[in-house]
Amino acid sequence: MTYTQLALSLIFIAIPLGLALVLKLGLEKDIIIATIRSIIQLLIVGYILTFVFESDSPIFIILMIMLMIAAATQNIIKKGDGIPGITWMIVLTLIIVETVTMGILLSFGIIPFTPQEVIPISGMVIGNCMVLSLLFLNKFKDEVDRSDETIELILSMGGPPKVAIDKSLKSAIQTSMIPTIEAQKTMGLVQLPGMMSGLIIGGADPMEAVMYQLLILFLLLTTAAMSSVMVGYMAYPKLFNQKMQFIGLQYRSQ
Amino acid sequence: MSIIEFKNVSHNGILHNITGHFSEGRITTFVGPSGAGKTTCLKHINGLLSPDSGDIFFRGENIAGMDMIELRKRIGMAFQSAPMIGGTVYDNLNLPKAIFGEALDEKRAVELLDRVDLGGIPLDKNIKSLSGGEKSRISIARTLVNQPEVLLLDEITASLDYRMVKEVERLILRLQREYNVTVIWITHDLDQARRVSDDMWFLRNGELIEFGDASFIDHSDNPLIKKFVEGEEL
Repeated sequence: MTYTQLALSLIFIAIPLGLALVLKLGLEKDIIIATIRSIIQLLIVGYILTFVFESDSPIFIILMIMLMIAAATQNIIKKGDGIPGITWMIVLTLIIVETVTMGILLSFGIIPFTPQEVIPISGMVIGNCMVLSLLFLNKFKDEVDRSDETIELILSMGGPPKVAIDKSLKSAIQTSMIPTIEAQKTMGLVQLPGMMSGLIIGGADPMEAVMYQLLILFLLLTTAAMSSVMVGYMAYPKLFNQKMQFIGLQYRSQ
Repeated sequence: MSIIEFKNVSHNGILHNITGHFSEGRITTFVGPSGAGKTTCLKHINGLLSPDSGDIFFRGENIAGMDMIELRKRIGMAFQSAPMIGGTVYDNLNLPKAIFGEALDEKRAVELLDRVDLGGIPLDKNIKSLSGGEKSRISIARTLVNQPEVLLLDEITASLDYRMVKEVERLILRLQREYNVTVIWITHDLDQARRVSDDMWFLRNGELIEFGDASFIDHSDNPLIKKFVEGEEL
């Protein structure tokens, strides 16, 4: 694609911008900011990736992964209110999920240790892990708010915190994993997934693209399961104290 | 004889320096306006909350040093909304056992249902199909599984109609006699408190204003209690 073709693609920004102006949706500013940010961010990433790919150095691959984890962390800090230490729990989850998945991929030779393979796949793993962790957290907080009386009921019978929170925890894990599983069921029928489409547009053999996409789907399922289970099991003890009392969610504003 | 004793108990700006006791084998009601700290007080008794300062004694032993699981098995609690866990009647009766990986004997489950006048209800009935009054009685039956020495009741009749309220009152009075259990009962209904109480605690703004034989509520010289009984704002 040339820069002229890219410039022409801005027509697709003009349409929503025009609709927002005509219908007075109040979204013009957001559309312009989102467009400018996406252009700048992706161009920067493009230049960085070009540099990393050309240098072919493992140090830059690791630095790039650390940068992704840092960016994901920055996003989480804003949304992790209610459970003390939750930011660090999610950061730890990001690091462990990335290490485990990449460890399996590389040690079994499923992908080679090249920046072209490791960086995009890491991006998908870290991004999905971040989204799933936040999705789980939102659902878990809802469940805890809704079930606080049942939690105290079980504690009042002498039940340990793990048993008292078990139903809320498992329900939140299930709910946060369902979209990943459901998306996997309809994959290829309703839409061609992004990575596969990208490879095909880039000229790859469709079967090669399918195989890569399957790898990503399996990875995302692992990521979804690991993220919600890890965050859940690290977070729930923070809702109780040493005396087996339920202290609940603790918002900073309170 | 005192079974539970509060000594200078304060909690998080809600309870202020509460000192009083509960007598064994009697029914004590907590009365007082909303926000008096009644539920907070009740939760301290089976260790769901702890005092910031002061001590609570159960049979002379400071509960701060007691094993929480043991304490909570000996002091049962029924909640206002009678929370159920889904599943069947048996699943809910079995909860106090299931949380320790044990199972309640079915004969005992039927016996407990009989005790709370729900003898005709099958154990495999879906809990969602029960009425509010039936759930309230299941909730009471569930607290009896561990054969507690003290029963804490947090406004258990608040959402029931008058007939059900009277039935639950009769049930508690009967169970108290049969098991000789000490009952500590929060109620916002002063007439109910008069009907069921041996003793009373009158709380206001986290302070214990008066406690003792329930007759004080209608004969106290305390202007706050007089105003409360008259239905005036405190």
